Parts: sequence; C-alpha cells; structure tokens
Amino acid sequence: MQTGTLSANWEENQFVLAASGRWDIASAERLGPMLRDRMPGRKGAPVCLDLSGLTALDTAGALLLDRLIKRLRGQGHVVAVVGARSDLCALLKDVQRAAAGAEPKTPAPAEKRPAFPLADRVGRATIGIWQDILSMLNFLGLVTVTAVRLLRTPNRIRLKPLFFHLEQVGLNALPIVGLLSFLIGIVLAYQGADQLRRFGAEIYVVNLLGIGVLREIGILMTSIIVAGRSGSAFTAQIGTMKVNQEVDAMRTLGLDPVEMLVLPRMLALLIALPLIGFFANMVALAGGAVMAYVYLDINFGQFARQLQIAVSTTTLFVGLIKAPVFAVVIALVGCYEGLRVSGSAESVGLLTTRSVVVSIFLVIVLDAIFSILFSYIGI
Amino acid sequence: MAAPVIRVRGLKTRFGQQVVHDGVDLDVSKGEVIGLVGGSGTGKSVLLREIVGLMVPSAGKIEVLGKDTENLSESERLSLQARWGMLFQDGALFSSLTVLENIKVPLKEHTKLPPDLIDEIARVKVAMVGLPPDAGDKYPSQLSGGMRKRAGLARALAMDPEILFLDEPTAGLDPIGATAFDELIGSLQKSLGLTVFMVTHDLDSLYAICDRIAVLVDKKLVIGTIDELLRQEHPWIRDYFHGPRGRAASAAKGS
Repeated sequence: MQTGTLSANWEENQFVLAASGRWDIASAERLGPMLRDRMPGRKGAPVCLDLSGLTALDTAGALLLDRLIKRLRGQGHVVAVVGARSDLCALLKDVQRAAAGAEPKTPAPAEKRPAFPLADRVGRATIGIWQDILSMLNFLGLVTVTAVRLLRTPNRIRLKPLFFHLEQVGLNALPIVGLLSFLIGIVLAYQGADQLRRFGAEIYVVNLLGIGVLREIGILMTSIIVAGRSGSAFTAQIGTMKVNQEVDAMRTLGLDPVEMLVLPRMLALLIALPLIGFFANMVALAGGAVMAYVYLDINFGQFARQLQIAVSTTTLFVGLIKAPVFAVVIALVGCYEGLRVSGSAESVGLLTTRSVVVSIFLVIVLDAIFSILFSYIGI
Repeated sequence: MAAPVIRVRGLKTRFGQQVVHDGVDLDVSKGEVIGLVGGSGTGKSVLLREIVGLMVPSAGKIEVLGKDTENLSESERLSLQARWGMLFQDGALFSSLTVLENIKVPLKEHTKLPPDLIDEIARVKVAMVGLPPDAGDKYPSQLSGGMRKRAGLARALAMDPEILFLDEPTAGLDPIGATAFDELIGSLQKSLGLTVFMVTHDLDSLYAICDRIAVLVDKKLVIGTIDELLRQEHPWIRDYFHGPRGRAASAAKGS
C-alpha cells in the first residue's frame, strides 16, 4: 500500500501538483505539512491539480484536497482538477458539498462580561441556592400532602416495597453501622480516659461516653453513614428509572411517583433510622466498656453502675428524638435529587454526589440547631 | 475473487442449555451490503456482537479483514477496530459529550491529526449524514431519535471505516425518515466504498439497499438475493417474504 504524496513541478507556465497514492486518514497526518510546502511561488499562475495517480481516497483525504483547492483559489490561482477516477471524483464532490454546508457559523455573540466576575458568580450561586431551598420545600410540601392523602386510605400503603426498603436501609446497614460505632466507642473511651486520668477521675469516662454517645455521636454517626449508604442509593435508583423513562411510564399509568417511589423509602427510613440509631448507641457503649475494662480496669459491673448514675432515659430520648427528623431529611434529599435527574448518565452521578453532600450537610446543621434548642429549654 | 471481508465458519453459540447458533457460515465480500434477518430471539444481534468482538462464540471461527478476531494482540485489535464502525440501535452516543465531541473521540484516540483538521473532519461528517450544522454542538439528549441515529452513524464513520455494522438502523424511525436513512446509507456506501452488514427488520430496507440477505432460521443461515429467497420453501422464509408486508415492500420496489 502506497501512502499518499503530493509532488510539484513547473511545466512551462503551468504549476502542476500531482497527488498520488492513498489519500486516506492514515496518510492525512503526513500530507498536512506537505500541502503547505508545495505552493507555487508566482502569484496568479495557473495550477493544474493532477489526480490520476490517486489509488484511494476517503473523507479525510478529500477534505485535504478541498482545503488545498480552496487555499490556491484564495491566493488568486486558477485551479484545474484533472484525471480523477469517477468514483473518487464523486466522493470529492460529496465532501466539498458537505464541507461547504459545514462552515462553522459565526459564533454566537459572546455574553457580556460582568464588571465584577466574582460578585457575579457569588450572586448567581446565592440565587441558585435560594431556588434550591424553595424547590426542596416545595417537594417537602408535595410529599406531605401525598402522605396525608395516603394516611386517609391506609390500605393503599404498599407493604411489599416498604419491607423491601426496610431490609435494604435497615437490616443490611447493621454490620457497617455496628462496626463503626464500636470503633467510635473505643476511640472515645481511650481519648477521654487519657485526659481524665490526670485528675484521677477515670471512672467519669463512663459519664463522658454515656452522654456523648447517647445524646450526640451515636445518632449523628448513624445518620451520616445512612446518608452515604441509602441516600445515595435512593438518588441512583430513582435517577436511573428517570433516565429509562420508567417514571414517565408510571405517570401515564396513573401512578403517582411520589406515592410509589418516595413514600415507601421515606417511611422505611423513618422506621429504620431510630432503630439503627439505638443499635449504634448500644454497640458504641459496648466498645467503650471493653476499652474501659482493658485500659482502665473498670469492670462491666462498675461500668453499668456508673452509667446508671450518669444518664437517664431522657438522655437516650434526647438523642433518638432527632432520628425521625434526620430520616425525613435524608430520604427527602435522596428522592428529590433522584427525580431531578434528566437524560444522561452523567447527571445521575452528579446528583448522587449532591444528594450525599446536601443530606450530610443538613443533618449536621439540624443537629446543631437541636443542640441550641435543647440547651434553651434546659434538657 | 478477493478474500471475503467477513468470514464466519462453523459458528456455535450456547447460553447454558439453550443453543442459539449451530454451525453458522457466512462470507461477506468487499463493497457488499448484506442484511441479516430472523425472528425475535434467533440471535441476530448476538451474531453481530460476536463478529465485532463484544461477545465470544462457544465454537467456530470468525475472520474480519483477514484477521481471526479471537486471537489478536492488543495492538492488532485496536488497529482492526479502527477499520470498522458500528451503529448501535439508539445511537449509543456518549451522553456527556456533544455530537461533535462524540465524532472526535475515535479520531483523537486513533490518529495524531492536528486539532483543526479533526474539527473539520467532524463537521464534514455531521453534514454528510444530513444533520444541520448547529446539531454538532448539541448534546444527545437534545436530539430526536432519528437525529441521534444520524449522529451515531457519523461517529461510526469518523475513521472512514471499511466495514459498517448497523444494528436495526431504521427501527423507530418514521417511514419518511427510514427511507431517507436507507438512501443515506446507500449513497455513503457507494461514495466511500463501504461494506455494510446490517441487522434489520425493515423489509423496505432489504429491498432498497441490500445486495444479499442472510436469514437466521433453525440456528443456521440461509443466504441469497431477494429473488433467490422468494423461491425458498422454508415456511418461515415464505411467511417473511410472502406475508402482507413482504408483498407491499416488493410492490413498492417494483413500481
């Protein structure tokens, strides 16, 4: 196979360019600079483009020929194309026609650059966040209305998906939540013991653990893990259904996506999160108890007695009362972002990330608000 | 006659207990347009996927452009893949890229051409498949089904392949769009000298552009021109070509 070349020479007053060999995409790289070099020096001389040596031509090669002819004509030469095989000539004509139609149109007038780009971006982002908040509240309203309607006709509550999601978000989360909570209990006991030992008050590590875990850390950790695990799954599931037009199909069948997709997930999380939270609390305390025994020689009996003095059921409930709120937030954000998916696979990924980030952010903000609220009413 | 572009010998495909192909032989010569038909579930798409190397047959030999597709080094495989183009049913465009960027993907990956030439080639392909110039800057989700198919065809043709594989090119298009697509493939096939292998259900396409037709029946291929197949006695082939739709397509061709 002969790669494409272009040779040039003068015949009397005529400049002859002879293209030969295969002008295809494989040769195009080498032909590019060749076209630039083989130019007639004299202005306005007639040019004869001899294509009789061409053995093969594809669109890339034809495009290069088209460029060559255009450039020569642009410089004021008269160009005659001779000797092309009829099939190659037809392709060249096709490409010339396509290239003429494909002239890049004048780019759309650039948007006016803002005077203060930073202020512009901050402003746009602020408006964006505000609109996000509004539409999320809107979604919360929609879900609430649907939930109330469903409560009036409880036999419409779909039990099968509810139990399916209970297993997914609840039961299947236990191992990872348990493991992480156990480790947190150990770390907390270890660090607390180190400080408290200086005052000879090692036994108060139990108070630290009891109040820290039950009021704050147990449920916060659980919510963050569940947001990462189940919130993202909600977005990805609903988002993929959106891409496959399954959500549209539901609407045309007269099924309400909020009732079918959002409520079972939210209800499952609402039931599961307090339970997983309680489980996490117990496992974290167990972790702390193990550490206290190993490191501080506080045996389990002493641990239990001290725990009874340190905490009351109020402590436990102050922690767990937050769980349903966090559950609603995680499910709401996960489903909301899932339903916002449009068209592409990329948007599923983007919104899944967003769903996790937003729900963890909201969980922590709400936790802070709860803390302030509880200290205000003196619990 | 030159060596066939696609050569399949004794191909067998099994999924567990289910036998899909049992001894499929096929020769496609250069510059030929061949249509593959068969009932639902007879393994048309499977055969296509096996030829382009997306699936591995249980037994048998497949040669494309003289190369055995099963025993290829990585570099041979890459250079072979640059010599064919495939159009998937719904275009299978990368949804995060615009149409132009989609067409540029193989060009950037397989060639070292300067960016301005790549850009121009991509724009020419957009025009050649009959898309308006502004479609190039759109994302696949902004295009209609027919336009997505054309964009997919432009991407399949980006490298000026020798063989074009089409999976149901006219499915889901309106009759006018389908006819236009047939004509487009026919004219591109002529001007680029393509070998076209298409899976189709569209009898009009078969009549309009196919030189030969391969029918998958009883786990084997029956190959011939339309006239030869019209004389076949096999019940499925008879029903297919002599059914009401077959007669309508035949009449349309005749008129």
